[in-house]
Amino acid sequence: MAQVILENVTKSYDGKEKAVNDANFVVENEEFVVLLGPSGCGKTTTLRMVAGLEEITSGTVKIDGRVVNDVEPKDRDIAMVFQNYALYPHMTVFDNMAFGLKLRKFPKAEIQSRVQEAARILSIEPLLDRKPKQLSGGQRQRVAVGRAIVRNPKVFLFDEPLSNLDAKLRVQMRSELKKLHHNLNATIIYVTHDQIEAMTMADKIVIMRSGLIQQIGDPHQIYNEPANVFVAGFIGTPPMNFVNGIIVQRENALYVREKAGGFALRIPKEIAPKVEEWIEKDVIFGIRPEDLYDKLFAVGEKDVGNIVVADVDVTEPLGNQTILHLKAGETFIVASVNPQTKAKEGEKIDVVIDMNKMHLFDPNTEKAIF
Amino acid sequence: MLRINLFSKILFLILLSLYFVVVATPFLLMFFNGFKTTRELFLKPFEMPDSFAPENHIRAWERAGLGTAFLNSIVVSGAGIFGVLFTSSMLAYVLSRYRFRFRRFIYVYIILGLALPARLAIIPIFLLLNSLKLTDTRLGLVLVYIATGASFATFLLKNFMDGIPLEIEESARMDGASPWTVYRRIALPLIKPALVVVGLVNFVNIWNDFFFPFIIITSKAKETVPLAVSLFYGEYSNQWPMIAAALTISVVPIMVVFFLFSKQFISGITQGAIK
Repeated sequence: MAQVILENVTKSYDGKEKAVNDANFVVENEEFVVLLGPSGCGKTTTLRMVAGLEEITSGTVKIDGRVVNDVEPKDRDIAMVFQNYALYPHMTVFDNMAFGLKLRKFPKAEIQSRVQEAARILSIEPLLDRKPKQLSGGQRQRVAVGRAIVRNPKVFLFDEPLSNLDAKLRVQMRSELKKLHHNLNATIIYVTHDQIEAMTMADKIVIMRSGLIQQIGDPHQIYNEPANVFVAGFIGTPPMNFVNGIIVQRENALYVREKAGGFALRIPKEIAPKVEEWIEKDVIFGIRPEDLYDKLFAVGEKDVGNIVVADVDVTEPLGNQTILHLKAGETFIVASVNPQTKAKEGEKIDVVIDMNKMHLFDPNTEKAIF
Repeated sequence: MLRINLFSKILFLILLSLYFVVVATPFLLMFFNGFKTTRELFLKPFEMPDSFAPENHIRAWERAGLGTAFLNSIVVSGAGIFGVLFTSSMLAYVLSRYRFRFRRFIYVYIILGLALPARLAIIPIFLLLNSLKLTDTRLGLVLVYIATGASFATFLLKNFMDGIPLEIEESARMDGASPWTVYRRIALPLIKPALVVVGLVNFVNIWNDFFFPFIIITSKAKETVPLAVSLFYGEYSNQWPMIAAALTISVVPIMVVFFLFSKQFISGITQGAIK
C-alpha cells in the first residue's frame, strides 16, 4: 500500500483547453479519497493520469515516492475498476480475475487460492465458471472489483463504479466497498459525481470544477465549511440557499440585509467580528435548508430573534421532513422543516433562521469570507 | 419483434424456394452427371444416373493427379488464410487503436484494393514474382493471395475492432498486458466471428481460384485442384462426366468447412449488420 502525490498536474489536449489545471493533492496510505464534481470537471482525466492511461502534460504523479509519469500502467502496481466494468467477455469469471496474475507469472496454486479468496470476500464463488454476459450488473461489478483485489495492488482506482447500478444495489455496494476498504487497508482513489457516495465513503474529498480543484477536505469540512459558492451549492440536497445581501450596522449589531430590502437578519456576536470589514458591502449570504425552521417547531437554542415572514410557494412532504419552497422579500428560498408543519401553499409562514450556521461569500471571487 | 403476416410469409417462402432452385440446380447437375457415361449425359442430362458407382470419380482422381493437387491446394489455402488473418488482423488492430500520421491515408489505400480486381495487375505481379524467383512456387502463390485478401480482411476486421470498448483493453493494460498480449489475448478472441468470415471467404476464393495458379504454376507437381481439373477441358471437346466428377470431389472440403463454421459465419455477418 502506498501514498500517491499529485504535484502541479496539468492535462491539456491540443495545448489549448486544460482538462485538468494544476492539480495538487496527496492520497495518504490507506486513505479513501473521492474526486467529486459535475461531469466534465476533469476528475476522470485526473484518475486516468494516475493510472497511466492518459499522458501528463505537466507536473508529476508520485506513487510510493517514485515519479511514475513515464511508467507504463502495468508497471505502476495499481488496479482500476471501470464504470462499465470492462470485463473480458470471452473469459470466465475465474479467468477474468486470474488474467492479471497469469500475466505476472504467478504459480498456479497461488492464482487459485487468491481468486478463491477474492471470490469468497465478494460472495461470487458460485459464479466462477460463468461468462460475464451471464451475470447481472451487480455481479459484474463484484467481478470487476475482484479482478482488482486479487492483484493486491498498491492503489485502487475506481471510476464511477456504481453509476450503472440501480439505486438499491448502489446503496448496498456502497457499504460493501467501504467495508472492503477497511478490511483490505487499501489506498483508494474513487471518482464520482454522486455527492452521497462521496460523503458516505470518503476519508477525504477533492472537489473539482472545470479542471480546477475547488476544495480538499473531509466530508464534515466540505459540508460545514465550504470554500466557495460552488462547493456550498454542489454539496447538500436540497442545495444551500443563496441570498444577494449587504452587511449593515444598526445599534452595535451587524445585520445581513437582503439587497431588495425584504428582510434583515442579525449576525450572532461570535461571528460579527469576522465580517466587520464588510460593512456596507455586498455579500452572498448562504444558509442550508435544514437551518431554517418552522417557528412553531423551533426549539430553544436557535436564535429565535431571526424570524422571516415568507410566502409558501410549494410544499413537498417527504415523510421524515417537509421541503418548503418559500419567497422571502424578493428571494426564493428552500427550507427543510419538521414534517408536522402547518404551512399551506399560498399562505404565510414564520421561518426561524439559525444564523450560527450562516455562510458568507465574496460576490466577486465567490470565495467564503470566513 | 418483427411481425410478419401470412401473405408476406408465403411470399417470402416462394422467393426463398426460387433462390434455392437457382443455387441448387447447377450443383445437383454436377453431382448427378458425375455418375453418368458421356453418352448417358448427352442423352438425358437432367435425369438421375443409371447407377451411383463412382467409376468416373476414381478415374478422374487418378488421371488428374488429384491427390497431389489436393495436397497443394490445402497447403496454399491454409498458408494463404493464415497469412491473411495474421497480417490483416495486425494491420486492422493498429489502424483501429493507434493514432498516427497517415493513418487514414493507409486505411483508404488498403480499402481501395476492394475496388480494383487484382487480376488487372497480373503483368506487374508476374514480373515481380519472376524477379524474386517465386514463379512456379507455392510460396509465390500464397504471397499473392495474402496481398489480394488484405483489403477485404482489413476492412472487416478493423470495423469489428472499432466495436470493442476501449476500457476492456485499458483494463488489460493495467492487468499487465503488453500491446502484443492485448492484441493476441483480448482483441483477437473478441473478433472471432469476423476472423471466421474472413477465413471462409478467403478459403473459397483461394480454393476455387484458377487464374493465379494458371499463370504462376507451371509444373505438374505444384498444381492446385482447379488447375488439375482443367486437364479434362480439351481444345476440341470437354470430358463432361470427368469434369463433373472431379468438381464434385473438389467442392467437398469447402462444404465440410462451411458446415463446421456456419454458425460463426452467420453470427459474423449479422453482428456487422446490427451495429
